[in-house]
Amino acid sequence: MDFDFAAEQPKFLMLMYGLIAFVMVVGGLLLLLDVVPAFFARRREARLVAATANGAVLTGRPRKPGEGIFALFFLLPTVLLLLIGLVVPAIRTTLLSFMDGRSENFVGLDNYAWMLTDDSIVRVLINTLVWVLLVPLAATTIGLLYAVMVDRARGEALAKSLIFMPMAISFVGASIIWKFVYAFRGAGQDQIGLLNQFVVWFGGEPKQWLLDSPLNTLLLIVIMVWIQAGFAMVVLSAAIKAIPGDIIEAARLDGVTAWQMFWRVTLPSIRPALIVVVVTITIATLKVFDIVRTTTNGNYETSVIANEMYNQAFRYGQNGHGAALAVVLFILVIPIVIYQIRNLRQQREG
Amino acid sequence: MAFARSRQALAVTGVLGLALGVAACGTGDDKKSDKAGSAECAAYEKYQGNDGKKVSIYSSIRDIEADRLEQSWKEFEDCTGIEIDHEGSGEFEAQLGVRVDGGNAPDVAFIPQPGLLKRFVDSGKLKPVGADTKAMAEQNYSADWLKYSTVNGQFYGAPLGSNVKSFVWYSPKMFKEKGWTVPTTWDDLIKLSDQIAASGMKPWCAGIESGDATGWPATDWIEDVLLRTAGPDVYDQWTTHGIPFNDPKVVEAVNKAGTILKNEKYVNGGFGGVKSIATTSFQEAGVPITNGKCALHRQASFYANQWPKGTNVAEDGDVFAFYFPGIDPEKKPVLGGGEFVAAFADRPEVQAVQTYLASGEYANSRAKIGDWVSANKKLDINNVPNPVDKLSVGILQDPKTVFRFDGSDLMPAAVGAGTFWKGMVSWINGKDTTTVLNDIEGSWPK
Repeated sequence: MDFDFAAEQPKFLMLMYGLIAFVMVVGGLLLLLDVVPAFFARRREARLVAATANGAVLTGRPRKPGEGIFALFFLLPTVLLLLIGLVVPAIRTTLLSFMDGRSENFVGLDNYAWMLTDDSIVRVLINTLVWVLLVPLAATTIGLLYAVMVDRARGEALAKSLIFMPMAISFVGASIIWKFVYAFRGAGQDQIGLLNQFVVWFGGEPKQWLLDSPLNTLLLIVIMVWIQAGFAMVVLSAAIKAIPGDIIEAARLDGVTAWQMFWRVTLPSIRPALIVVVVTITIATLKVFDIVRTTTNGNYETSVIANEMYNQAFRYGQNGHGAALAVVLFILVIPIVIYQIRNLRQQREG
Repeated sequence: MAFARSRQALAVTGVLGLALGVAACGTGDDKKSDKAGSAECAAYEKYQGNDGKKVSIYSSIRDIEADRLEQSWKEFEDCTGIEIDHEGSGEFEAQLGVRVDGGNAPDVAFIPQPGLLKRFVDSGKLKPVGADTKAMAEQNYSADWLKYSTVNGQFYGAPLGSNVKSFVWYSPKMFKEKGWTVPTTWDDLIKLSDQIAASGMKPWCAGIESGDATGWPATDWIEDVLLRTAGPDVYDQWTTHGIPFNDPKVVEAVNKAGTILKNEKYVNGGFGGVKSIATTSFQEAGVPITNGKCALHRQASFYANQWPKGTNVAEDGDVFAFYFPGIDPEKKPVLGGGEFVAAFADRPEVQAVQTYLASGEYANSRAKIGDWVSANKKLDINNVPNPVDKLSVGILQDPKTVFRFDGSDLMPAAVGAGTFWKGMVSWINGKDTTTVLNDIEGSWPK
């Protein structure tokens, strides 16, 4: 395909305008956010200098009456946005989940019954479960092993950036890349998919990877792991580096094997980071939508809750079904969030 | 963190605002060139009196098609002073509902699914058209078309563009070389398929992968075949759920489509076996015709835009289409689609735009720009430049044609854009006809 720069010129021009606008706005904002506080800081400093020059004694800032109201005033936007953006929709969604497709009549628990009796939706729930079990486990394990192996090795930075790179790709972008990896052409033709090309090189028959359940769900999970392992690796690697040198030294003096070092020293030391990684990936996995939508759109029994929710509510006009799925997703996330919060609190106290 | 994020959001909003501003400057012509009263504006006399008013239109039409659309009503804008603000979206079907529910409805929407149109009528959001628009639509479109935007006796919008889906694409060159002739009955079609298969080529190629709409090309197949095996009356009962989705007549039609689509001897030329249909994208599905790997591809008129660059689409060229033959050559059922100009507002300028879009002047103005077909009776076939579009207009204007709208667009979205599509995907992937149809019947909203 040839690319005519002259013909595409208006688009490039538009792109340039966009970039200039971007730089101007972002630059302006940064400048503003930098200059204004600095200006006030300087003024305060000048005042302090002037005051001390006059012989005044520096004291702590006295608490003015009405400061509580002032604080509330600053809190108000956040509270308001949380109410509008989170609390109200959550309540409304819960209400909608007890109503019919057009959100007109109450139908009781019908939508939830539908979810558990319709074979295709049961399949969706099972798939989501498989995702949530496999992705955090695989991504964290791979990330951890990689972090331990490249730790203090030669070319560590390069090795790390290689596995971290997929993090920079959007889910949709990654899915399109992998869709090509799994692409299929009939036997005897030029394969455009990497995986099938390998199969053909080793004398096999090309296969339609995304068609057969449950293999296809596992292949989609690979995409998510590919993206998330980098995140796990970076966080865990930082945690490993933060283990105090004296602990390691003491363990060495006691003559631990590499195996013991990993299980008895490294792992317990990075436990908090490990939990953060697992929880973050688990929540991301529960919400997974882009990968399924881009690669199969939930066909061939690969759908997950978020994808089905979107289809039901926004494409099929079945608001009740969509809302019920959203509520289930919400309920599934809650225990994980509570666990995370309690964990954080313990750390802060401990 | 929250602070950093809001700062980011602010920056993004700012950039978007600026970019949109720039975009507006880029396309904004001098709208206020007061030409009203000049000779070329005589045709727009009846739309006068709305100078300076704005009408917003929302549709699924984007890119070059949208440019052509905007070009087609430019003269109308210049002469009447009505400013039409068109916005096309790739997520039109999902977003329209969100916008309407959120109190941000466009004045006019080009709705391609009568099922969706009915949903907005039922929720009381759509306005019936004015008397002028109705008169104009009745004058220019056949009753077959008007009934699709008529709900409970009220008329909600004239058709605009259309497409013909009952086409089989083929290569006139290949047919000439091999001495094959274009079939005019179903039996001839099957005979030809056997003949091609015997020559060592898989006669048919098909593909139903289409992103989040995967499955739709197969639903078109089923609908087209049902129109032929059971006739338009049964078809109407089926789309309105007068008969169950899994009626024996439908089972028969699906199985008949299966004699081609699920026949390993016939498909899938250039791609593999039957199952490869599920993962072949609709855009590439017919391309093997151009390199001699397949001979027949059933797809709508708009497939003309999908051929590789340099393919000559003409009656004696590299590729062309013939009418998907019926069982009885005397009957000519045609499956097609199109969009309807429905309005969420009834201000005079909105009605003026609706009336204008239903007029013969508009149809001819749009057709001249190219790549467009309409069932508008006033459309002069000589104004249609593209040979396939000419063929389509000829079929649509033929009084013998019995036109039926794409059934999946008539059904509730949960079926028409949901379980029917998905059902066809599993059908291609090996599930049997009865199970698939029973599942779809079970999913019909009560």
